[in-house]
Amino acid sequence: MDNKYLKEEIIRMSGVNPKKCMKCGKCTATCPSFDEMEYHPHQFVYMVESGDIEPLLKSESLYKCLSCFACIDRCPRGVEPAKLVEAVRLSVIRKQNNNHLKADDVPALLDEDMPQQAIVSAFRKYTK
Amino acid sequence: MKVSYFPGCTLKNKAKELDRYSYKCAEVLGITLEEIEEWQCCGGVFVTAKNEVASKLSSVRALKAAMKKDQPLVTVCSGCHNVIKQTNYAMQNDKEFADKVNRYMAEDAYNGETEVYHYLELLRDTIGFDKVKEKVVNSLQGKKIAAYYGCLLLRPNSVMKMDDPENPRIMEDLISAMGGDPVIYANRNECCGGYIALESPEAAKIRSNDIVRNAKAMGAEMIITACPLCKYNLVKNGADIPVVYFTELLAEALGVKENADG
Amino acid sequence: MQRIGVFVCWCGSNIAGTVDVKVVAEALKSEPGVVFSTDYQYMCSQAGQDLIKNAVKEHNLTGIVVCSCSPRMHEATFRKTASAAGLNPYMVEIANIREQCSWVHKEMPLGTEKAIILGKAAVAKVSLNTPLTPGESPVTKRALVIGGGIAGIQTALDIADAGFPVDIVEKKATIGGKMAQLDKTFPTLDCAACILTPKMVDVAQNENIRIFSYSDVEEVKGFVGNFNVKIKKRARFVDETKCTGCGACIEKCPQKKVPNEFNLGMDNRRAIYIPFAQAVPKVATIDPDYCNMLKNGKCGVCSKFCAAGAIDYKQKDEIIEEKYGAIVVATGFEPISMDKFDEFAYSQSKDVITSLEFERLTNAAGPTAGKLLRPSDGKHPQKIVFVQCVGSRCSACAEKGKEYCSKICCMYTAKHAMLTRDKYPDTEVTVFYIDVRTPGKNFDEFQRRAVEEYGVNYVKGMVGKITPEGDKLKVRASDLIANKQINIDADLVVLAAAIEPDKSARPLATMLTASMDTNDFFTEAHPKLRPVESPTAGVFLSGTCQGPKDIPETVSQAGAAASKVIGLLQKNKLMGNPCVASSNQLMCNGCSSCERVCPYGAISYEDKEFPGPNRTVKTRRVAVVNPAVCQGCGACTVACPSGAMDLNGFMNTQIMAEVDAICK
Repeated sequence: MDNKYLKEEIIRMSGVNPKKCMKCGKCTATCPSFDEMEYHPHQFVYMVESGDIEPLLKSESLYKCLSCFACIDRCPRGVEPAKLVEAVRLSVIRKQNNNHLKADDVPALLDEDMPQQAIVSAFRKYTK
Repeated sequence: MKVSYFPGCTLKNKAKELDRYSYKCAEVLGITLEEIEEWQCCGGVFVTAKNEVASKLSSVRALKAAMKKDQPLVTVCSGCHNVIKQTNYAMQNDKEFADKVNRYMAEDAYNGETEVYHYLELLRDTIGFDKVKEKVVNSLQGKKIAAYYGCLLLRPNSVMKMDDPENPRIMEDLISAMGGDPVIYANRNECCGGYIALESPEAAKIRSNDIVRNAKAMGAEMIITACPLCKYNLVKNGADIPVVYFTELLAEALGVKENADG
Repeated sequence: MQRIGVFVCWCGSNIAGTVDVKVVAEALKSEPGVVFSTDYQYMCSQAGQDLIKNAVKEHNLTGIVVCSCSPRMHEATFRKTASAAGLNPYMVEIANIREQCSWVHKEMPLGTEKAIILGKAAVAKVSLNTPLTPGESPVTKRALVIGGGIAGIQTALDIADAGFPVDIVEKKATIGGKMAQLDKTFPTLDCAACILTPKMVDVAQNENIRIFSYSDVEEVKGFVGNFNVKIKKRARFVDETKCTGCGACIEKCPQKKVPNEFNLGMDNRRAIYIPFAQAVPKVATIDPDYCNMLKNGKCGVCSKFCAAGAIDYKQKDEIIEEKYGAIVVATGFEPISMDKFDEFAYSQSKDVITSLEFERLTNAAGPTAGKLLRPSDGKHPQKIVFVQCVGSRCSACAEKGKEYCSKICCMYTAKHAMLTRDKYPDTEVTVFYIDVRTPGKNFDEFQRRAVEEYGVNYVKGMVGKITPEGDKLKVRASDLIANKQINIDADLVVLAAAIEPDKSARPLATMLTASMDTNDFFTEAHPKLRPVESPTAGVFLSGTCQGPKDIPETVSQAGAAASKVIGLLQKNKLMGNPCVASSNQLMCNGCSSCERVCPYGAISYEDKEFPGPNRTVKTRRVAVVNPAVCQGCGACTVACPSGAMDLNGFMNTQIMAEVDAICK
């Protein structure tokens, strides 16, 4: 896909203006999933802004964000990086056959105490 | 006083006790929880994309049902609360989104008229912690209790507006009202790992251990939470102090726990 | 009929880029009364002004319209031009086709159309202008400086040095301000007290300076050259004229548990206290919130031990009224509260401190006698983390942080880090920064020395979360260069809190009718060309009340403000503003509506005799405007129900003519 179009789509969908970022790195400093992520919150902001979106589309990082919103609340400039991560993820999983989680795989992941909340949340995040 | 109540799917399954104690405590405190008819699952998490509509309809239906009864909508599960409050906020502030949603709705439009309270807000703002204190029969005196907020109760603060997201007091004040000693620890508003537990239990373990370790180091003998997923993650990953729902502890303090258990 | 000349300015491309100036000049030519109309590149230049002067002579002009920038910028310039050409300066009208037209429009046709309309309104107004002559008022040769920090001190000393009397009003018990709390000063590292306290003594000993400490400005009336000010001297329950500052009362005071604000609450003082050893005035003050004698009448120890008999439990607040010719605001700053930034755990751990608290911890006169010890357990910290920009450059949440850069934090953090490494080389010091901003003389060299010679570890990144646990502070931060998240178990964390104007500034601005920006910093009359004057005549700005600045900048501005004050006070008379209200006493019915809305107290009433029918005389109560006090705001003209009140230079007929011209 044309990067310019994709960038506009992601910005529109997320409502995030990456230009507001002053590159302080507080999002990445506060991210609980840092160790699991290949690209970190500040990189999402920078890479979307510079149109370098392809690597993000392919990255497992999309599925490591916990949507805990720590980066959103602690950002001094109101950039809301988690919303960008979500928009990039949606632009991937909304395509045909791109669901990250398949219903058939779920039973193997469960244990008897796992609350329904975990399953529905994961489905909402990983599938369209 | 009567309020509309949205229990959510987990409270009817793995977290039945959260539901049960909520009813019992409300009763003692003079509030009747009226369960929304034919409620549907909120979806667990709020999808922040502005063009995501369908997954938010169940929340709007619940909000609209409460509006029709002219009641506030109360939730106790942090997840449901977060989703419904964020959806309501979007209905109030994002006209394009609200218009799209309303096209799916039967009858008249909904534009965020309903007030959404978490059960804790109901205790603080409607009932009042003073009143709670008066009703306590089994004081938790001497118990060092750590409130665990996680992320869903407090963030995003611009929408949730429940408390200071970095230094919340609401559960601590409840603990004090029940006679206990609240333990302040910094990680009480850090994420437990949430739904990552499904795919990467190891990642959730690291987060959860960070929280329990910090709470214990600051002197906690027990952790309370409002979220079934938080409780699952903390317990599953080896918390060696009790992790209970705040409503369970409240039921104990109000002297209705056994009654509810029976 | 007036003979009006129209002069359309290009302002380089500022106006001409968006407004077709030739078309405007041409269009205004056909307005009634206009006999000459032209355009020029820079009307305010010498050549532009000469063009106006020549046109006045050649075309016998009686009125001038200049279509240019805001009248705030060059109205005075063009009035002088008119005057030089022999016209009454009040026969000039400005049509603002820059700020209100070319700068807000993008398209030439729209901008041009609006410029023509604004020009027509100005022509309509000037047709009705009448020559005005300003009155004169005397100048009270005394200045008031509000705030006794380094800004106020320097301003007062400079004014006094020129021979004028100055009063300093300081709300605290001593002058000295924030600088008195600092340890060393960047970039030279001379000790703050060593360079400040001699100046404080100079103030105390200067015959031209009076200090009203423990005092507040209560009320300001009047106008430039003639301010009437009420100063409330709060009761300190000690007779300043008798107290010798011996300190015997303090030693004996049994109330020992009062948080010491001078050390930011990190130790305690007594209920009777002298803030610090070099305080000026060096007299004791009783804190009424903690003194047992004042609270319940049970004590009186200090009185017993005072050899000078200076203690006076019955002392009352005192109101002092004084006249001043000029007022200097030097109200300074405070670090913002860290309450809303608890991701840094300021409220959770004593070992998370602000930079100002760090100053006290390293100051020889501070709570630890200058030894760097942790507030929690008195141990020497081995690992220290400094966090810059806490609450500065924070646009996300107005009730929390400040959108601006606080300017001083980069340098004082470098200073703290360097001094720590110098004194305690075994300490590991890490500074988290977003940008290092060091644009001052020898500033960048200083910061680089902290890194290169003293081994301070500067990390480009931010701290996201601090978790106190055991005796450590778990710091989670980012290192953006390495693209890493790093975790440090620190012993002490120092937050460079943003600074904000002192809370007293906002009510003071209201009293002074001086304007402020949205951050409560006082606004200067012109950001570049009049940086130490408030737009309110006779009110001057010194120090951080106008914006964040360091000590050298503050002292420069303090001197500049003083020179402006001296320039004002050496005049014997001031020309007033002739655009003041006046009442048509034949129409006035004495209803008092105008008096009630006048913010300056310029309107009074008198009983006046008017001829009645059959040679009788009737006495009626009518409004009288004091032209020296009236500021020409026009509120009374709107409030007057009978249309008796009017404003010279802005007569109701003139305003309506402008409206008609615009709506035509």
